[in-house]
Amino acid sequence: MPEKSADKKPSFSDTFSVAGGNFDDAGRVSSRIKGILKKMCLPFDVVRKAAICTYEAEMNIVCYARRGDITLSVDEDRVVIEAVDEGQGIPDIDLARQAGYSTSTAKIREMGFGAGMGLGNIDRFADDFDITSEVGKGTKLVMIVNITNGS
Amino acid sequence: MELGSIVKSLNLTVRSGSQNLAVEVTGGYVGDLLSDVIANSKRGDIWITRQVHQNIVAVATLKELAGIILVGNNEPARETLEKAVQEAVPILVSKLPGFETAGRIYQLIAARE
Repeated sequence: MPEKSADKKPSFSDTFSVAGGNFDDAGRVSSRIKGILKKMCLPFDVVRKAAICTYEAEMNIVCYARRGDITLSVDEDRVVIEAVDEGQGIPDIDLARQAGYSTSTAKIREMGFGAGMGLGNIDRFADDFDITSEVGKGTKLVMIVNITNGS
Repeated sequence: MELGSIVKSLNLTVRSGSQNLAVEVTGGYVGDLLSDVIANSKRGDIWITRQVHQNIVAVATLKELAGIILVGNNEPARETLEKAVQEAVPILVSKLPGFETAGRIYQLIAARE
């Protein structure tokens, strides 16, 4: 574990770019972020939850946006993952968060994505989850996983 | 049980990850929806699926699954195989359909407990 600092500044922060529509490379950022968290020796469950949330956010960018950035910040008590995309935006966030609701194409569904489970999974695995979106501009997800030993 | 024992018992064809057949399989998960598998599979599970495209390798790596079994004699796509070789993820092909593949593996694992 890195030494604990007294202030609340993130002890680690880095941003990764995700290309929309590029299924060949999908999951690369999630794997990278998971690797970073594992190296920090965070509890298994924290790494698992953060990896699932990052994967869903990354796949949403790949499936629906032109591009996006995923920022990982870690301080002594939490992991924060922010996914900001440039894309179509979500007109009705409450509807989008409902299990099974999906706007995906047949091609995306064929690959096993777009089942309307992504935001639900983030809801389930993040300790705190916030979405803001502007139609025609893009969407921002902020997902927080608390670091508690044995969580 | 070892993944290699499952390969032998079900006569699976090993397409990648042959160096990782000694890995311990602790359970299994069946699914073609990637979000379902990401959320509900557990580390050490063998994943039984019909999906053959390359994103299955990312899911298996991310969840630290023991390997992937493609059912009904379905072969991995070329890019899938390339990625799986690179990541040393075992991809195994079963001649049996999904129901039978899962049933047999369930019995093998249950018999050990």
